[in-house]
Amino acid sequence: MSEIIKLNIDGNEVSIEKGKSILDAAKKVNIRIPTLCHHEDLCVAGNCRICVVEQEGKNTLTPSCSTPAEEGMVINTSSPKVRMARKDLMALLVSEHDTQCLTCYRNTNCELQDLSAEYNVDNSIYLSPLKENFEIDRSSWSIEKDESKCIRCQRCVRTCAELQHVNALAVTGRGKDMRISTFMHLPMNEIVCTNCGQCIIHCPTAALTERRYYDEIWEAIDDPEKHVVINTAPSVRVALGEMLGYPVGTRVTGKMVTALKKMGFDSVLDTDFSADLTIMEEGTELLTRLKEALVDKKEVALPMITSCSPGWVKFIEHMYPEHLDHLSTCKSPQQMFGALTKTYYAEKKGLDPSKIVSVAGMPCAAKKYEANRPEMRDSGFQDVDAGLTTREIGHMIKQSGINFTELEDNDFDSIMGESSGAGVIFGATGGVMEAALRTAYFLITGRPVPFENLNITPVRGLKGIKEASVKFEDCLPEYSFLEGVEAKFAVAHGLINARQIMDQIVDGKSPYHFIEIMACPGGCIGGGGQPIPTNDEIRKKRIEAIYAEDMGKPVRMSHENPEITMIYKDFLKNPLGEKSHHLLHTKYRKRKRY
Amino acid sequence: MSNNNLRKVDVIFSPYSVEPYDILKKVKQRKKEDVIQELIDSGLRGRGGAGFPTGLKWKFAAQQKSDQKYVICNADEGEPGTFKDRKLLVEVPRKVISGMAICAWAVGATKGFIYLRREYRYLIPELEKEIKLYDKYAKDIELDFTIEIFLGAGAYVCGEETALIESMEGKRGEPRNKPPYPIQEGYLGKPTTVNNVETLASATMVCRIGADEYKSLGTDDQHGSKLFSISGDSPKEGVHELELGMSVEDFANEFGDGDTKAVQVGGVAGFCIPRKQFKSSIIGEGNTTGGSTMIFNSTRSMYNVLHNYLDFYAEESCGQCTPCRIGTQQLLKGIEAVKAGTKPPEYLDQLSKLAETMRLTSKCGLGQSVTNSFSSIVKNFREEMIF
Repeated sequence: MSEIIKLNIDGNEVSIEKGKSILDAAKKVNIRIPTLCHHEDLCVAGNCRICVVEQEGKNTLTPSCSTPAEEGMVINTSSPKVRMARKDLMALLVSEHDTQCLTCYRNTNCELQDLSAEYNVDNSIYLSPLKENFEIDRSSWSIEKDESKCIRCQRCVRTCAELQHVNALAVTGRGKDMRISTFMHLPMNEIVCTNCGQCIIHCPTAALTERRYYDEIWEAIDDPEKHVVINTAPSVRVALGEMLGYPVGTRVTGKMVTALKKMGFDSVLDTDFSADLTIMEEGTELLTRLKEALVDKKEVALPMITSCSPGWVKFIEHMYPEHLDHLSTCKSPQQMFGALTKTYYAEKKGLDPSKIVSVAGMPCAAKKYEANRPEMRDSGFQDVDAGLTTREIGHMIKQSGINFTELEDNDFDSIMGESSGAGVIFGATGGVMEAALRTAYFLITGRPVPFENLNITPVRGLKGIKEASVKFEDCLPEYSFLEGVEAKFAVAHGLINARQIMDQIVDGKSPYHFIEIMACPGGCIGGGGQPIPTNDEIRKKRIEAIYAEDMGKPVRMSHENPEITMIYKDFLKNPLGEKSHHLLHTKYRKRKRY
Repeated sequence: MSNNNLRKVDVIFSPYSVEPYDILKKVKQRKKEDVIQELIDSGLRGRGGAGFPTGLKWKFAAQQKSDQKYVICNADEGEPGTFKDRKLLVEVPRKVISGMAICAWAVGATKGFIYLRREYRYLIPELEKEIKLYDKYAKDIELDFTIEIFLGAGAYVCGEETALIESMEGKRGEPRNKPPYPIQEGYLGKPTTVNNVETLASATMVCRIGADEYKSLGTDDQHGSKLFSISGDSPKEGVHELELGMSVEDFANEFGDGDTKAVQVGGVAGFCIPRKQFKSSIIGEGNTTGGSTMIFNSTRSMYNVLHNYLDFYAEESCGQCTPCRIGTQQLLKGIEAVKAGTKPPEYLDQLSKLAETMRLTSKCGLGQSVTNSFSSIVKNFREEMIF
């Protein structure tokens, strides 16, 4: 056990483990110290200085986030000196900030705004604005960068380095020229950026936001000629409520469907359907690769890695272009859905695909980029016309004047609105793996996967890299080549963990057969398009909600989803068949590291 | 405190009457604790500017347990108006290197670096010759300590020891959060003792003449002798070694041109002393022992002087912490606004408050010390700021 030390904060005796900060100690006794550059996910920076406190015996103030609590310290968190200094610091930050709060996307959800209100900052004290003529970088399909809103807390920089190991954003310049920028100050669409949007959900202000598309969507909805279809990803339903008055972890699936219908979407469908479809295609692809390796003794790329996460896909394209053959050729559920909307769905509904606008409601910033990839036009049109984040959907619901909490529940429309619990858990890290194992084990052995209630717990939770293995015994005759094989799996989330997995593959030391990788910490529930704030506590609650949704589903294995059976019977014929190959699979491109 | 105590001394610059490496050899035969204690007793404080007691620093460093320790000689001499370290490296490099070796031996370090200001890179060939000579000597006396030169990249803030270490690790030169201090976790996370060039040379001399003799120089508050980089309106510009504890009056009489209006002590990070305070001010009080002294005569506009300082600060702040990054810009634009009449003279008081906030909340000495020159100039030369 680590050593316990005692200190005094505002007259309270606090005992805390050695090594914890003064800020941690204050939290323990419910004393709130304001912070800006601090984020639970990231290393301590200590650069905004808002968290300063007065420490007895010191003639300067002490930053509470970066100073370890020490035995016998006497701390005052709200002395006149502290209050004056914080107010002054806030005034400085505001003087550097574009204070057009009324027209700001983060209005009412901004940490700088909250503190500014708290300290009632007088904007006339200092000369302002310090800088003018900032241009907003709108070059990326996914991320907008507005320097006039940047407070230089470097949370984005630390996010991109520590969580994602991409380092797209960095500090440049010194003193008055210090800013957060990109390699050679290139625009956001020309740099090595995975579009994961983690920088957005870690930004305290609106310096980094997703590129918004909802005005175009409203326009399409208002156009009577257009048939506007929206499909919503599993993790949207467990997070959207946070923006509309519900506590974290509330499932609002039925209300969300009702709201979207009321807003005028012609059809509200479920991305979970194409998640189930992904399992069929990806599972078959894995079994094919295993057969080729074990029976035909062919050189095939193993382990196979999932390709659902567009942030991850762009990461591997940039960082490991020589190893793209490990990626499953399956499109992500969003892109499968888009391709089918303008073919299968149009056919069944008797609609002209050129009149269909296909919208994806996603927890993700990278999905916007993915929708605009030039190769994603297999339906003959752009398969997905626009990707909306959970936040944008929340905004649109508010704009509609809908009283969300009073709505009745509704089911998704049909067709492509039905899903299994396996499709739902795609939203949490480990979910794709679990869904795949549920179906693959059943197909191989004819028995359900040997975990209680089909809950494959080793692949669940927030550990960065998770492992599991399954031994196949008493296989059905067509899978006899897997008899006695112990298949090994890994799950990684957050690109820094993905890098570890990939480095193993590069070194030829990867022991796995199948790997799930998601770009964002926690998987999609922690995606770059999710409500702000997002931290581990919130991720856990969203994950709990996802698994609760799964448990509530009558069907929990993808291959048992009746709509999946139907689409293979009526349209696709076989997994990896010709139509699947054309509509549901894709190729990747080698990109540069810089 | 006494008048007319200006005494030129010749401790640090004295020629090699005793070969510095012989001092090292003798030191090595003593007990480490005794040598460190001698340094503590000598009252020697860091000569880079912060003035931390050198012996104590070494004592703490020696107490650290680690498989690897480092010693760094901070030769990133960037304080405006300071040029004494360069002279030391040119004229008595062996005293500096010997100081590094004594330090390394005392604290248990085996690897040392001279962090050399990029503008001084022309010194490298001579220094490398000296290091070679030292290597030979170290081998003879069986001292396991090697020295490398590391070249800075031009940032003022890298003179701050943790920013210096960051830059050595290949990162942006930005000060770290303290604690941990470099003697706990420094270069590559290992205990690292960072000393200024002059501090190391002085340590060598303390070891040669002994704590008592060294301490006999100076006053009760400040011990020993010190190099002063004298510039500005002075007929005797250059580096002079003086006994510590002299009044600004004596100093101005000796080095001024007879028309001295103010003396800036300790570089831009230090204080500006107006003539009316010459008598009561002792150079070096308030720990600004970096040794930069700039002399201004009556032809100088103190507004221009301050503007120049603030311009420098707004440029040289690393920019990571709020008070320093924005504060330096606000101070600069603020005095411009007062001068231009777009802000009332009282705005100077608001700016002085800001300078105080910067002192209270900045991450490192750079932002913390802006208030020294700002407040002393604004207070004493207010009219010049306004009209």
